[in-house]
Order: sequence, then structure tokens, then C-alpha cells
Amino acid sequence: MSNGKITIYVDDVEVTTEPGTAIMEACDEAGIYIPRLCYHKDLIPAGHCRVCTIKVNGKPTNACTFPTQEGLVVENNTEEMNEFRRHIIEMLFVEGNHICPYCEKQGNCELQALAYRLGMTAPTYPYLYPKIEVDASHPDVYIDRNRCVLCGRCVRASRDLDGKSVFGFDGRGRQKRIAVNAEHTLSETQLAAADRAAEICPTGSIVIKRTAYSVPYGKRLYDKEPIGSDIEQKAKS
Amino acid sequence: MSQAQKSFIADVVKNYGKARHRLMDIALDVQAQYACISDESAKIMADELGIPFVEVIDMVSFYYFLSREPKGKSIVRLSNSVVDKMSGMEAVAKAFEDAVGIPFGSTTSDGAITLEYTSDIGMCDQAPAALVNGMVMTKLCPEDVPGIVDSLKKGKPPGAVAKDEARPDAQVDLNLIQQGPVIFAPVERGVALRAAVNKSPEEVIEEVTKSGLRGRGGAGFPTGMKLNFCRKAKGAEHFVICNADEGEPGTFKDRVVLTEVPDLLFEGMTIAGYAIGAREGLVYLRGEYDYLRGYLEKVLSRRRHLGLLGENIAGKEGFNFDIRIQMGAGAYVCGEESSLIESLEGKRGAPRDRPPFPVTKGYMNQPSSVNNVETLCCVSRIMEKGADWFKSMGTKDSTGTKLLSVSGDCKHPGVYEVEFGIVVDEFLKLVGAEDAQAIQIGGPSGNCIAPKDFGRKICFEDIPTGGSMIVFGEKRDMLQVVREFTEFFIEESCGWCAPCRVGPTLLLRMLDKVIEGRGTKADLKELENLGSTIKTMSRCGLGQTAANPVLTTLQNLPEIYRSKIGKEEFVPSFQIDKALAEGIGIAGREPVWEEEL
Repeated sequence: MSNGKITIYVDDVEVTTEPGTAIMEACDEAGIYIPRLCYHKDLIPAGHCRVCTIKVNGKPTNACTFPTQEGLVVENNTEEMNEFRRHIIEMLFVEGNHICPYCEKQGNCELQALAYRLGMTAPTYPYLYPKIEVDASHPDVYIDRNRCVLCGRCVRASRDLDGKSVFGFDGRGRQKRIAVNAEHTLSETQLAAADRAAEICPTGSIVIKRTAYSVPYGKRLYDKEPIGSDIEQKAKS
Repeated sequence: MSQAQKSFIADVVKNYGKARHRLMDIALDVQAQYACISDESAKIMADELGIPFVEVIDMVSFYYFLSREPKGKSIVRLSNSVVDKMSGMEAVAKAFEDAVGIPFGSTTSDGAITLEYTSDIGMCDQAPAALVNGMVMTKLCPEDVPGIVDSLKKGKPPGAVAKDEARPDAQVDLNLIQQGPVIFAPVERGVALRAAVNKSPEEVIEEVTKSGLRGRGGAGFPTGMKLNFCRKAKGAEHFVICNADEGEPGTFKDRVVLTEVPDLLFEGMTIAGYAIGAREGLVYLRGEYDYLRGYLEKVLSRRRHLGLLGENIAGKEGFNFDIRIQMGAGAYVCGEESSLIESLEGKRGAPRDRPPFPVTKGYMNQPSSVNNVETLCCVSRIMEKGADWFKSMGTKDSTGTKLLSVSGDCKHPGVYEVEFGIVVDEFLKLVGAEDAQAIQIGGPSGNCIAPKDFGRKICFEDIPTGGSMIVFGEKRDMLQVVREFTEFFIEESCGWCAPCRVGPTLLLRMLDKVIEGRGTKADLKELENLGSTIKTMSRCGLGQTAANPVLTTLQNLPEIYRSKIGKEEFVPSFQIDKALAEGIGIAGREPVWEEEL
């Protein structure tokens, strides 16, 4: 192709892009939405959630890091992939203790919005009810790990955008949790409410205090239109 | 914090050149001194290295053999793999609990002894086995336990310590049952290496490519191609990395290789280094094999002395290469090559997204060739005897021989070197297991096959294996085996990605419903669906194979599930009696149901 551009085929739609661009980015540009949760455009992708898994030439991989090459055939919005994605969203719901009806984040929550978009009504898996403590020690921000999906956005944002490394991981497997850069609580860290790490959480796990209900339920971002609509608008315009 | 602690840790950090990527070694040294890595220690380590405290916690909290809380002066780590349990581990565990007076997973109040379980320690041919203060003890029986505990209480070593300077210090049987021509033929130091340096690096790679050698870890990537990619990749440095983290339950072949023919491995690494243009090779040795470390260090220093490592190796002007051993600390996932690299860099062993592959961006973001112990040994032998000789063994797409670690219900457990292409039936005769009801080929992450497939061949074209072969006799409850393996994957998931972190736990719940006799046909379908999600959506090889115990038995041994399934269309997973039991216990009376009023 001319100008050094290449073409990939996403569910039979031709997408033209620079070679090496991540598939997710190329699709965003083209107005094709690939569901995602741990991805954030300002952060280095980390491949935690697997929601953006697509099939590239028949092989599953995550769209957030996989580089484009000429002629790749991508399966994205298929019944098969969407069902797999819904299973992951269900897993995230039963893994934690989510309180959607009265959660501060409801309507702005990407997990909840993905559940709606992917057609999950209630989880079909059994709840695991882990026992998790809440840390509300910080004057302006709280962290409630009950609602954490371990996407690591806060970890990356604090390290790479805020230059503070307030967050990290602790433990492994189902005992894996977000750790803070202090012996005990969030209040001992350098976290400020103005930090990117404080506002980048996709769920109600890290919330800035005293801001929760400034927009009422029903009038929030995903109350108006499904998640991904902003990207899909580009294809229409 | 005490000044002594501060200066001790500062010295440790200094000994490792204040290098961030040596955090694992630093942590192991600090733990050796203070019995744990306390938050205080972690703070000092972080300050000395100039990294955030949370980065130290991130790494330390990941590994089973590192602890943030003080553990007992003596630590008993009893291996709880399927084969250990088949060999009477539970009775041994009970004997330990009785003798020490605490349950597993805890420490005595005086801080003397900790009892804990650990995943497979590479001793399935002599199970049940345990690591007692890092020392391997095998073929344990309940009668041995009081003596061991008594020694520990008195601060003495738990068993008779063999002092043969030339051998590793442990009570491990070799169990090398069948020696083949590639790995276990006599090794003459330097012969293969001299043959290699007489060729150009390109010619070495060409010879390996011609031999048809494929990676012995199980995936079977062509080794020549890997070396070629790595050589051609641009980078300030290139690295040879040997994966000696065999953690797959039922495998122990590397243990025997490292004990019997370490020179063959180190020679293979040196040849690979020559081929790709590396100056440094790293052996990532699993923490469970710590007992081999001192012995391997001696072998390395002898090689340096002989001019087979160091500068101008084997008389080749300008060829400089040396090998360092990096200890692991108890994490199965570190056998996955990108996790292994993360761990080598002193981080938690979480896998990386690929591409980029290690051959272009590996250790320290430099081109790295990660190879299995056995593969590197093959490279050495190919240099010595030629590609044609190597190719004359095995099958068309699986040349050479394969080491098999055989355990479970068979007369002669141990390591066998066989030609690729051996028929399963033939293999069973060889190991004395003619009445097997199933074999787990390639460990839990591999394939469980039933007699209908015993006519198949062991090779990449048919049934591939990393080498673990667990035999199950007629009387074994295979659903329990599936359960154990699924628990293993729950224990060993790194937790990075959602499907592998959560999925296997849900799989286990569904499986338990079936085992309890409350399963339906729909549940079997659900098991398959969930298994398929875990397989398709997980990030690395661990997650992608975590559902294999369920999926391969559903396919190959469907009768073990069918025999448990009732006629009902639907049985809820929620059990009201169970849910109410605690409340009834507290209230001290049965609930009064509406119709009884």
C-alpha cells in the first residue's frame, strides 16, 4: 500500500493504519470498538483483563498490545468472542463484592457498562465472597478492594503519569491485591486527589471523596449510551 | 530499626552492585539472615536500591519461598502433588501434625517449626517427599517423622548427611533407569565446544537447524530457528538463558541431568552463547533444587579453571562467556519463559505480552534465547556427533531422544531416555505399568489419555510431552486426580489476568458438584464452556492449560463424569440445608417451615 500504510481486516471491515500500531488503537481510529477494561489510552497496556481478546488469523490474543501487520484477519465482534468476554466480566463480578445499586460509581462504572453492553444480566457463576477490608484512611481518596478488578491502572498511572508509585501489587493468584506504598494505609502515601491514579479506576474501587453524587443516577455517562459509543461515533461521522 | 540490620542489608545490596535486577538474590540473603523480609527490611532494601517500598513488596509477596512474616527456625515443606498423595503423603502429614502439635500452614508458638505444603518438588519418583530446611527428604513414611521432628527441635540436621564432595548433598535417589545415546552417554568435557568454535556461529546454527532439534520443554519450537532469530536481533547484549525451573508436577528429568551430566548442559549453553553472540548465560534454577546449587557452582568453577568458561574460551580468541546461576523461589509460573525473564530481573514472575518475543526483547530487554535444560544438552551432543547422527533417531518431525520422568502406579519409576516415537503401550511395558487406566502425559498442563489411545506415539506429531508421565492404575479415582490438578493451577496462578485468576476456582466448584453426585448433563456442558473460556482468554501458557485436566478427561475419560450424573435436568448449586447449617447451629433449633405452621 502507498504511504507505508497497511490494511487489516476486522470482521470483514478494512482498516488502514501504520504498521506496528496496536490493533486496538487502529480500530479505535477507524471507529471499531473492541471491548476493554484494563486498557486506558494514556497508559502503557498491560494485558490484565483479557476482555479485548480478539482472534488474529484464528489465534486468540489481546488487541491492546498486538501490533498490526499487512493482511491480518481479526475476529472481534463475533458471538463467540463476546460470549468469552461476558464470561470474564461475570468472573470479575463474582470474584469481588460489588454493590452496584448503591455504588458511587454506578453509571460511570466501566465494569457495569461492559456487563450491560455484553448482555450480562446477573452472573451465572457462584459468588466467591472474599473477605476484604476497606481503606478510608486518606482524607480525600478511599480504596475499597472489594470492587477492585486488578486492572492495574492505578499502578501504572501513579508510576508512569504521576511519578509517585503509590500503588503496586501484593500476593498472587486469588489473593492478589492492590498494595500501597506504605507499611499500613493509603494515608501514609503521597497520593493526592488531583493525581491521575486517583481518578483512573474503572470501577468504584478508588474513589475521590465528596464527589460521588454531584451527577445523579440516571444522568451519568453510561446511563445515556452504551460504553464504546464514543468510538463508534467516529465511524458514522 | 537497628543499625546492625541497616548496615547488614546495605552490605548485601552493595554485594550485588546495587543492581535493581538482583532483588531476588538480595531478598534471599536478607531472609537467610532475618528469617523473613519484614517491612523494615523491605524499606531498607528499597532505600538502598533507590526504588519505592511497594516495588519490594510487589516482588517479595509473590514467591512462596519468600516470607514477609517470620517463620519457624525450621521449615518443613511437604510436597502435596498427586503422586505424593498416591504414595501416602496424607499419613506423613498427620504424623508431622501429631509430632509437632500444630496443623499444616502454621508455626509453633515458640517459633521453632513451621509446617507447610508446597507444590511438586521434583521427587515424584521417590514420593512422598519434603524439603526440610531446604534439604530434600524422600520416600517418607509416618515412622520417620518423630525422628525428624526430634532432630529439628534439638537444632540438628534432620537426616544423615552424606559428605561426598563430588556429589550434591541430599538424600535423593538418582533413579536413572534407562540411559540413551544423547543425554546420558559419557561426556568428555570440551569436545563439543571445541567442535563448535572450529565452525563459524552461523555454521553452528546451521548444524542445529539441520538436526531438526525442537525445544524439549513441550512446545517444540525449532531450536535452530530460535538461535537464528536471536543472533539476528539487534541489541547491545545477547543472553543465553537456561530454564531449569522444571515445575510441572511429575517432572524431575532436569534434576537427573543436573546431577549426572551438568557439563553437557553448561557446554550446550556455551555453544549457544557462541552461536548467538552472547557473553553471559543464566541458569534459572528452581528454588526446590537449591540443594544442587553448590554442586553446580563447583562444576562451573572447574570449567573456568579448564578454560571452558571465561575469556578466549577453548582457545578461541575473543570468545568470552560465563554462566551465572539464579535461584528461583517457588513459583510454577516462572517456568513460562517470559515470567522466568521477569523473575531473572528481580520482579514478580508475571508473564509478558507477546510480541515482542524474548529472542528480540528478553532479559534486560535484550535479545535472549531461553532454552530447556534438555534442549541445551542436545545442542552440545549435536556439535559432538553431528546433525545426521542426531536425525537418525526419533521420527521425521521429532528427531533425537526424549527424557521421560515416570512416576505413579508403575513398577520402575524414574528417568528414561527413549527415542521419540515410542508407542504408549510399549512405554507402559518398559516402566512396568501394563494395567494403567490412564496416563497423564506432559503433567497437569498436558493431556490425560485412556487405553483407547495407548496405541499412539509420543512425539510432536502425535502426543507431545515436556517429559512428565504420571501413570494411574485401575483403582485410582480419576475425578479426584482432576480435582487435585485443578487445585494445583489455583495455587499457582500468578493472578495477573482475570480468566486464570478466577476461572479455575469456579471450575473446581462445578467439579465438586459433580463429585458430590449433584451434577447434571448441563453441568458437564458448563464445565466445558468455562474450560474453553480459560483456555482461550488467558494470557500465558499456565492459564491456557489450567483447564486441561478437566477438558482432556471430559474428552478421553467421559465415563468418570457420566457415572456421577443423575437423571435430573437441573440441580441448583445452592444448597439451602448447607446455607442454613451455621444459623441452625447458632440458634440451636431447626427452622419452622411454613406448611408446618
